[in-house]
Amino acid sequence: MQIYADNAATTALSPKVLEAMTPYLTEIYGNPSSLYRIGATAKDAVEEARQTVANLIGAKNANEIYFTSGGSEADNWAIKGVCKMLKDKGKNHIITSKFEHHAVLHVCEKLAKEGFEVTYLDVYDDGLVRAEDVKNAIRDNTALVTIMYANNEIGTIQPIAEIGKICREAGVLFHTDAVQAVCNTPINVEEECIDLLSLTAHKFHGPKGIGALYIRRGVRVETLIDGGAQERSRRAGTENVAGIVGLAKAMELSISTMQERNQRLTKMRDRLIDGLLNIEKSRLNGSHDHRLPGNVNMCFEGIEGESLLLSLDLKGVSASSGSACTSGSLDPSHVLLSLGLPHEIAHGSLRLSFSDDNTEEDIDYILKIVPEIVAYLRSFSPLWDKIKND
Amino acid sequence: MAYSEKVMDHFANPRNVGEIPDADGVGEVGNSKCGDIMRMYIKVEGNVITDCKFKTFGCGAAIATSSMATELIKGKTIDEALQLTNKAVMEALDGLPPVKVHCSVLAEQAIKAALSDYYTRLGIDPTPIVGVIKECDHDHGCGCDSCN
Ligand SMILES: Cc1ncc(COP(=O)(O)O)c(C=O)c1O
Ligand code: FES
Ligand SMILES: [Zn+2]
Ligand SMILES: [Zn+2]
Repeated sequence: MQIYADNAATTALSPKVLEAMTPYLTEIYGNPSSLYRIGATAKDAVEEARQTVANLIGAKNANEIYFTSGGSEADNWAIKGVCKMLKDKGKNHIITSKFEHHAVLHVCEKLAKEGFEVTYLDVYDDGLVRAEDVKNAIRDNTALVTIMYANNEIGTIQPIAEIGKICREAGVLFHTDAVQAVCNTPINVEEECIDLLSLTAHKFHGPKGIGALYIRRGVRVETLIDGGAQERSRRAGTENVAGIVGLAKAMELSISTMQERNQRLTKMRDRLIDGLLNIEKSRLNGSHDHRLPGNVNMCFEGIEGESLLLSLDLKGVSASSGSACTSGSLDPSHVLLSLGLPHEIAHGSLRLSFSDDNTEEDIDYILKIVPEIVAYLRSFSPLWDKIKND
Repeated sequence: MAYSEKVMDHFANPRNVGEIPDADGVGEVGNSKCGDIMRMYIKVEGNVITDCKFKTFGCGAAIATSSMATELIKGKTIDEALQLTNKAVMEALDGLPPVKVHCSVLAEQAIKAALSDYYTRLGIDPTPIVGVIKECDHDHGCGCDSCN
């Protein structure tokens, strides 16, 4: 049995998406900036994709969508671009949260070195940022609020519309990293007062290396990639035409089936959570109610996450962990620590993330093997000896 | 980051797992905050380590190095066991990824801790023979309050 349960890391490319992309890798290879037919056809495809993406996130105008190389570039561009533009106006304060993706946190750290003040909002034990805290953190010199739509490890969905409203009323720009949220929960940039939004195709069965940044009309953003006049002179580089077509196609397919899928995944997720919570000294990380339909993140005390992942891999299940050991550093995940989990517990986390490709049989199998593996690893864990009777 | 086949073998089928109820020495090193705790049990007859078992909370490398370390000292003299270095454990496993080197250090220290306990039980000061056991030798520098 082989089960891929790491869809928050990346997803399989959909065959229909590949089919839509293929002509742009083979016959229609023209440069969209060229005038001849295969160039113009490619250009049309890019513009059609732009319109599709705009429609799917509720943007007023296709020109508000800019294609990038993915989520990391979109985050970098949004934050650096806005902050550099506003610094001259004396706005040198950024508000973010402690559990953002590194593509946001590391950018903020860099800007802090360049003289920006950064407020890192606390995340509560339910894995949510409080809109009230955003309101209280806003100052006269705040340039940008950047809060992720849904967290990549624990799948908690933030009160984005509330935060958007607060920012709009205060006249502060609001960016959200929606990489994990797009296609998994309904999004509307107009209704939610979002000024900038990052997304990436490989999280919803599109290709890797292609994403987009939504920039509300009128928002001034310094360029990140300088060069040619592509993307209305705001992001240089010959367009990744096949990628752009793939992104739009994947988004269209995924959003058209979202409601049905979310019902199915929520049922599967809850059955899995309930089953795994039967394991002694286990816990669900992050709110159950404000959670992506495909995300399960649990901690099992007394065992370490990487050994759990390796054991799962030996039994054919690909999953992920916020354990230190999987990140290539020795620290447990900053996300789990931000919830206030002690180190020893944060080390023992497991993230299972599901997509359209997963079935009830996958859940049955995982429910069978995880308790066995946890019991086995605990059978020779000196930490478990110490805590099991607490 | 990928593990060698040897590491995976010792992870999937760890040797000498468990406890020795009437052990002559028990040593524990590591820290749950770091995500690794190793406990070694040894049985000594004369000058020879006749049995060795371990219990480990930790990553794949921690489990594999514990397993390999027990294999390397079982049936050896105390002097030989004291000479076992983390490097030797790593080599026996066909190497470890750089971030996992500390796990092999932990295995070396766990053996020394068990021997230290063995001498203490005999009323002999272990420090001149075994040296100082480092509880947590690595600095994972995450900068959080618990570690600093
Ligand atoms: C929340 C979040 N932001 C940003 C990224 C980076 O996206 P990309 O891999 O497309 O650069 C990811 C995933 O990798 C993510 O989960
Ligand atoms: S507790 Fe020892 S380095 Fe973290
Ligand atoms: Zn380790
Ligand atoms: Zn730490």
